[in-house]
Amino acid sequence: MAGREYRSWGHTAAGAPAAVVPVVWRSDPPALAGLSGTLLPFAYGRSYGDSCLNAGGTLLDVTPLNRFMAFDDHTGVLQCEAGVTLAEILELVVPRGWFLPVVPGTKWVSLGGAIANDIHGKNHHRAGTFGAHVTRFELLRSSGERVCCSPAENAPLFRATIGGLGLTGLILWAEIRLARIPGPAIAMDRIRFGGLDEFFQLCASDRDFEYTVAWLDGLGGRDALGRGIFMRGNHAAGAGPRPPTKAASPDARLPLDPPFALVRRPAMSAFNAVYYRGQLKPRISRTVAYEPFFFPLDAIPGWNRLYGPGGLVQYQCVVPDDVGHRPIRDVRAEVRRSREACYLAVLKVFGAAPSPGLLSFPRPGVTLAMDFAYRGERTLRLLDRLDAVVAAAGGAVYPAKDARMSGASFRRFFPRWESFAGHVDPKFSSSFWRRVTGG
Amino acid sequence: MPRVLIVGATSAIAIEVAKAFAARGARLFLSGRDPLKLSAVADDLRVRYAAQVESAVLDVSDVARHEDLVGRALRCWGGLDVVLVAHGILPDQARCEASVAETLRALEINFIGTAALLTVVAAAFERQRSGCIAVITSVAGDRGRGSNYVYGAAKGGLHVFLQGLRNRLHAAGVTVLEIKPGFVDTPMTAHVPKGGLFASPHRVGRAIHRAITRRRDVVYVPWFWRPLMLGIRLVPERVFKRLKL
Repeated sequence: MAGREYRSWGHTAAGAPAAVVPVVWRSDPPALAGLSGTLLPFAYGRSYGDSCLNAGGTLLDVTPLNRFMAFDDHTGVLQCEAGVTLAEILELVVPRGWFLPVVPGTKWVSLGGAIANDIHGKNHHRAGTFGAHVTRFELLRSSGERVCCSPAENAPLFRATIGGLGLTGLILWAEIRLARIPGPAIAMDRIRFGGLDEFFQLCASDRDFEYTVAWLDGLGGRDALGRGIFMRGNHAAGAGPRPPTKAASPDARLPLDPPFALVRRPAMSAFNAVYYRGQLKPRISRTVAYEPFFFPLDAIPGWNRLYGPGGLVQYQCVVPDDVGHRPIRDVRAEVRRSREACYLAVLKVFGAAPSPGLLSFPRPGVTLAMDFAYRGERTLRLLDRLDAVVAAAGGAVYPAKDARMSGASFRRFFPRWESFAGHVDPKFSSSFWRRVTGG
Repeated sequence: MPRVLIVGATSAIAIEVAKAFAARGARLFLSGRDPLKLSAVADDLRVRYAAQVESAVLDVSDVARHEDLVGRALRCWGGLDVVLVAHGILPDQARCEASVAETLRALEINFIGTAALLTVVAAAFERQRSGCIAVITSVAGDRGRGSNYVYGAAKGGLHVFLQGLRNRLHAAGVTVLEIKPGFVDTPMTAHVPKGGLFASPHRVGRAIHRAITRRRDVVYVPWFWRPLMLGIRLVPERVFKRLKL
């Protein structure tokens, strides 16, 4: 469609599709069997790497598929088409006292994408992944067959499609169960911490708080982990102050692409110091609107472009936790040693709730997401070393953020990949899938 | 709150106009050819805006059913304030040139069906002495071009039809609005390579809603098509006929 870009969020993965076919009606979708090459659904391109790209193949643009079908505001059951954004869902349900069961760090993702990546949020320790709240969906296979999937009906395909990276067919619509909230605000605390042990002490707040997450200053701090700010919150009544700005659409962006990176070490070092020191009191409690709490970066449309033409790489891993927090220490130490610029990092302890998907990323442990400016080989070498550390600890790297993990690493991180592969639609593929399976 | 009948309600532009009305509490009566698409649109409006929406299937080329449809819409909401005529097809010019049947079909849907429907609507609005009749035509109707004159002729014919209708209904207090969109990024134009002139259906839909509430006569959407088309109309025919357009 006009002016739409078929790139991924990190801007590092190349891979223009040979064709883009819009999917407009769930009752009258394109005949998939007749389309040339391999197929992959695409919506707003918020995956960072190549899992949402299909170089040389066909992308099925599902953004026109954006209709609500039914909403019961007594039970909180919502049914809508796959291209509806989480932003639109929140706009509809929050005034009626409901909230999405799980939200990621941006509201500009589609419902279909949320399922295909089995996304997680700041309440993973309470709610598990997004897929755990999906009650059913309809999947269109390239054979033309429509399969209604739920935990009870076609359960194997249901489990393959949740977290299935869009490879099992085209999700036309889905039904999810929302969560009741007392109001649109978040009562939150922001607490400074100086290092790893303090962070884990603060994690005890998982008992009392629906949402917990930590921002890490990747450039400062006493120990390998770094200093940071721990954020925790609960839904609260009361309007809270209005969010400062409202990005108009998922396609909003900077008026011009900067020809060089605006995000650079001295600037970010200063920014992080101000952000960290800017909080004078060790602890601040206040009530805020939900949007800046969950989606702070959505206030800067197209922030990914601040990294310049080189692009950005995000690396998100999960490693099991143990008494000495050794695995997460090892990951951070490796980053420190490399002197690669990690400006921003986010840390969160996952809960024990099992993820429903065969290829779901979340598992019990500590997850760490780090943004790096892409600097070619040296960045890639660091990430390969990190893969080795994560694999040795029995962890995993998140495909939705990835543009470079090796096939061997993927297979080690996702040991159930072979049983998943049996459910992949014969006509569906992605740049990511070809890369990690060599197919 | 306005009561609105939309014919061709499953078109991308019509959906955006319907959303703009529904968001402000309007009551809607939708018609379209495909019952499943129609109910998908109606359900979306109900869920998003808690809107009062009714719908009925109609193929505009089935001229005999126009009276019945308009009657149902009038009875449903006890009168109508706005009728938006948004149906239409973009015929393949080359196929029209090769086939009389194809040319006639395009004219039938885009001109004859619309003129018939407008005759029924005009009579009803003249009787109630109020209302706005809004019709989506196209900048293609401003001047015939070799690349799409079958489409352009139907839209240009509607332009004259609407001028006359406006002149006739002015005394009855009825507004007749002609909407001339330029290129819009919709499923109808999915096969056309996109340039910078393409506007989103959302933008066009909001502009149409605004033009209806402001009781305008003729609007170009987006606005820049007005000077652009003026320029194109001013080119002398002996020059224009040599251009590849």
